[in-house]
Amino acid sequence: MSQDAEKSTAKLSKVEKKLNLLKKRAHLIFRNIDCVKLFNRILKKTPDEILATITESGLRGRGGAGFPTGMKWKAALEAPGAVKYVICNADEGEPGTFKDRVILERQPDKIIVGMATCAYVTKATEGYIYMRGEYNFMSKEIKACCEKWNDLFEKKDFPFRVSLRLGSGAYICGEETALIESMSGNRGEPRLRPPFPVSEGFNDMPTVVNNVETLAYVTMIMDDGLDFFKSVAKDDSMGGKVFSVSGDAAIKGVFELPLGMTVQEFVDIFGDGDTKAVQVGGFSGLCVPRKHFATTIIGYRGVQTGGSMILYNSTRSMYLVLKNYLEFFQEESCGQCAPCRIGCQQLLLGIEAMRQGTRPLSHIDKLRELVNVMGVASKCKLGMSLANPFNSITEHFFEEICSKW
Amino acid sequence: MTKDDVAEVIKTHGTERTNLLPVLQDVAATHRFLTEEDLVRVARAFKISAAEVYSVASFYSLLETQPRGRFVIRVCRTISCSMSGKGNILTKLKEILGIDLGETTPDKRFSLLETNCMGWCAEGPSMLINDTVYSHLTPEKVVEIIKEYRER
Repeated sequence: MSQDAEKSTAKLSKVEKKLNLLKKRAHLIFRNIDCVKLFNRILKKTPDEILATITESGLRGRGGAGFPTGMKWKAALEAPGAVKYVICNADEGEPGTFKDRVILERQPDKIIVGMATCAYVTKATEGYIYMRGEYNFMSKEIKACCEKWNDLFEKKDFPFRVSLRLGSGAYICGEETALIESMSGNRGEPRLRPPFPVSEGFNDMPTVVNNVETLAYVTMIMDDGLDFFKSVAKDDSMGGKVFSVSGDAAIKGVFELPLGMTVQEFVDIFGDGDTKAVQVGGFSGLCVPRKHFATTIIGYRGVQTGGSMILYNSTRSMYLVLKNYLEFFQEESCGQCAPCRIGCQQLLLGIEAMRQGTRPLSHIDKLRELVNVMGVASKCKLGMSLANPFNSITEHFFEEICSKW
Repeated sequence: MTKDDVAEVIKTHGTERTNLLPVLQDVAATHRFLTEEDLVRVARAFKISAAEVYSVASFYSLLETQPRGRFVIRVCRTISCSMSGKGNILTKLKEILGIDLGETTPDKRFSLLETNCMGWCAEGPSMLINDTVYSHLTPEKVVEIIKEYRER
């Protein structure tokens, strides 16, 4: 073995050790447990006790928005309605995110127990897993899993049934009100909020929409108790988080890690040694440049994320990266509100024109103004959050946006 | 889909508005696209206008409203797949199928499309053929896969 190769093995094993340590600290979602036994234990507790536990755990939505789960459930419980619904949001569409797919494949029981726990607390009687159409290949397994649990619920006289619904290829349907519109047999166009789904959701009845990972964490909080969950991370970013790592990474895939790491710590493990930027939280998140790695925290008190981490090394043109983002948004904007529909198109045209020299570099000021207006005037998060990637990339990599290389 | 097939799908799901998407998905599953007749039949059963059914169907990228081949190939174009060599995959596909993006082969067997992120970013480049996912693609692998589909 040459000296270099020896060195790199030693380095890899050090990195591996670090990664294993972190994985151990946050080993929840992919730990196998007896879900049926756990469900029996859950039913022995009162709904109030469970709600108190979930609230105290500090669990926040793992889809990216980070809304406190306990608060959402409480609102749905208190909202008047003849029927209540629990929807598992498995319409994972944020670019760079694939952790829900892996959780659905490996731990579907935990998701359904999480939904049943929510139903027990909020008195919901119907549950739906809304899964993106691209994941149709696992429909059979998920449906079988629903049937298995429905039989068990019936045997236990637990008034809750769960079934699978499929999306058909629309990024926007991951937005909870668009998801509800889609389930109602309409175009997946977001509704104005308020009213929030917890008071007027599916069929205009109180509806809790939780992400796949959030529901799996609910199950693990019920299993491990509060203390373990709280011990995983520090400060307000409690618990673990499942990350999807892709791009120019030495190690790619799905990893459950504690929240509250800095981007630098993350890059030290996953980077290829030449990382110049990390897109935290998918296309609608922030692009963090190298100089901010050490000071940027991944978690609710820093950069909030649904778990998508895309790494870019110095061979990548950030112009092409931004162009790829904007092409995505231009196509996935539902077209319902003008700021987002026209804004996405104009941003794309704008950076192309600057690149070609048909617009002066000062044109960027107009584009920034536009993206900030979209942040205020758009109807939903798609248009609102476009300022995150656009401003962070054009601020930190402006020379790449306008120079040909 | 024949008239009876469509009726059968509608019967399985029911005609409540919430079942519109599942009905359209099942109707589209056979031919990989919805014909005008399909849309009209569904509209009649649901007692809504055909325009409304079209407006819903055309919103979703997996519900095609124009003729497609038996095997619809969707290559992921989003950043992670794009960075891991999606371009070569697409070039190879165009070359062996002899068609451009958005087109269908004359024998109505293959259609070639691009799609947005489909959740295989760590294993790119990736593509869907109907509902089957292919990841870790190389131009050589693509040739093999297409060969296999030609024989089906």
